Amino acid sequence: MSQVIIQDDEVDIVIGAIQSDLTSFMEAWRPMFSRFHLIIVQDPDLNGELKIPGGFNLNLYTKSDMDKVVGSSSSTISFSGYSCRYFGYLMSRKKYIISIDDDCIPAKDSKGELVDAVAQHITNLTTPATPFFFNTLYDPFCKGTDFVRGYPFSLRNGVECGLSCGLWLNLADYDAPTQALKPNARNSRYVDAVLTVPSRTMLPLSGINIAFNNELVGPALLPAFRLTKEGKFRWETVEDIWTGMCAKVVCDHLKLGVKSGLPYVWRQERGSAVESLKKEWEGVQLMEEVVPFFQSVRLSEAAVTAEDCVAEIAASVKEQLGRSNPMFARAAETMVEWIKLWKQVRSQ
Amino acid sequence: MSKPATPVAPPLKDELDIVIPTIRNLDFLEMWRPFFQPYHLIIVQDGDPTKTIKVPEGFDYELYNRNDINRILGPKASCISFKDSACRCFGFLVSKKKYIFTIDDDCFVAKDPTGKEINALQQHIQNLLTPSTPFFFNTLYDPFRDGADFVRGYPFSMREGVPTAVSHGLWLNIPDYDAPTQLVKPLERNTRYVDAVLTIPKGTLFPMCGMNLAFDRELIGPAMYFGLMGDGQPIGRYDDMWAGWCTKVITDHLGLGVKTGLPYIWHSKASNPFVNLKKEYKGIYWQEDIIPFFQSVTLPKESTTVQKCYIELSKLVKEKLGPIDPYFQKLADAMVTWIDAWDEINSPAQSAPAAADAKKVESSSKKK
Repeated sequence: MSQVIIQDDEVDIVIGAIQSDLTSFMEAWRPMFSRFHLIIVQDPDLNGELKIPGGFNLNLYTKSDMDKVVGSSSSTISFSGYSCRYFGYLMSRKKYIISIDDDCIPAKDSKGELVDAVAQHITNLTTPATPFFFNTLYDPFCKGTDFVRGYPFSLRNGVECGLSCGLWLNLADYDAPTQALKPNARNSRYVDAVLTVPSRTMLPLSGINIAFNNELVGPALLPAFRLTKEGKFRWETVEDIWTGMCAKVVCDHLKLGVKSGLPYVWRQERGSAVESLKKEWEGVQLMEEVVPFFQSVRLSEAAVTAEDCVAEIAASVKEQLGRSNPMFARAAETMVEWIKLWKQVRSQ
Repeated sequence: MSKPATPVAPPLKDELDIVIPTIRNLDFLEMWRPFFQPYHLIIVQDGDPTKTIKVPEGFDYELYNRNDINRILGPKASCISFKDSACRCFGFLVSKKKYIFTIDDDCFVAKDPTGKEINALQQHIQNLLTPSTPFFFNTLYDPFRDGADFVRGYPFSMREGVPTAVSHGLWLNIPDYDAPTQLVKPLERNTRYVDAVLTIPKGTLFPMCGMNLAFDRELIGPAMYFGLMGDGQPIGRYDDMWAGWCTKVITDHLGLGVKTGLPYIWHSKASNPFVNLKKEYKGIYWQEDIIPFFQSVTLPKESTTVQKCYIELSKLVKEKLGPIDPYFQKLADAMVTWIDAWDEINSPAQSAPAAADAKKVESSSKKK
């Protein structure tokens, strides 16, 4: 576990509420969440009041808060569905943010013990990452392991970790076609490792179980790319995939690390992949086009903060991708709006 | 698990050679017998050629000592290291098989967390026979393993993967640390079983350990040159590192994959850190120049074969690393000698006489 002591008040746990009754979710996570401050954001499409058990230190944001803050300044930013959590990121002033989908509960490790996902994310974020050279024993800062023979000494300090991407047992984060083809496929393999995703390597960043250093990369976690028929199941969205690639480009440019692996959460059964198949293909096709773009985009030396980086990426998206499809042009606009909003909220 | 009615042949039985460098003895083979016996072994005996290395009964093998290496390669034998396990690459050179698995003689069968003995060879074969995914990172690791798949967001156009050239296995118990780390943490043991195989992304280098390694000789063989180490050389314990960096640059260029992770073997012998420090000393600070070199090297489009890539690399080594120390000029020359030897030994006209040479080497070689 981490030998770094961080203050509890440096962490916000942001939960996007897509379901009204959060009781069993919160109770399951109580042992891990109770120390920390929580931000719960209600999906603006979800009517009625949320059911939240007592005993937590939390702030609740709803559609009316979003309207107040965002107001008429933007019509392109949407906090609908899974994107509601971005409002929580916007409102948070803490250094570290951890976000978990509301259909996930703590998993058990291979010894049968409950995994404290919050603690593991904090460990990941507060120990260095090693994006420039691959360590075959995975995270060298983990207890009981180290850099292997042949790892250059000058790279052994590592860099700060900007993003920590966790994984899922039971229902893995598969797309609708994959899950529909293998309806009984469940992820039961507990891989006991954290590793740094190398610099310039893209990955599909799943929003189901993530954490990040808000001070360093906050603005890069943005709601920008929405499918026209985006739904309330993860396999009906690609927004986190888009955001993830932006965030990776930002981290690579700012020489920050992105870790993947532990912690696992247990993801509960929800929805029908076959039903979702009818919707998702459109976004999937579009995502194929953006991969070469993200793999090759390079930012200028002048981009020294996450905001700078996002602005440059948005400009490149507009210029290079915007021409082929208006959805990309819209995404670029949203990114620019988001940065304006971010700065505005921070200055208050 | 049900057993088939007719016995199933071990996978790739006639297509894979197991190459073992040794200076001590081959007692460790007893433990590997259930997994290795169906396969052909190539033993490369380092050190004193007058010593007789006893091979346990029942194995089909060919054995080469320094005299054999000198006789078979003539003046080109200068590229094969002496008094260093780097000599193992001679075994890669003379093999006639498509696949190679190489293992050190202090590596034993490990157990997985359920207590089951790990058939490392079988896992390597599985790794090599399934595609790699170097262009985009799959967060659930190797999507071609049972129980895994590509995650949401993984581009569909990349889901076919590319051929796997290298399978790099790991070690439980004594970890493969460098001398300074060994000195600081003499008691650390690797007890963590990480149940994953993953492709090392394109453009990323890694420290390749030769202790538990398999590769497709047809796809990448000529790049698996383990350099000039040991006797008469200023450096040691960088043989596999050198081969790994060259190999990764070439696999990236040719669109092939390198996997790492499972299988684990049990590494039993901790080498002397003070001896290691002496060997590694120059490498530790030379690598600060070597790494940026490999990270920035680009090979021309015209280099479409491994040999062409390797010759290009040797020129760049001479040009860019030569100024650091005369050793690199020697190494660059040795790289060219190696390719010459490879092409000579492996050209169709030559393969018959070379095979005849091998049979003469060990008269007690048993056939299955």
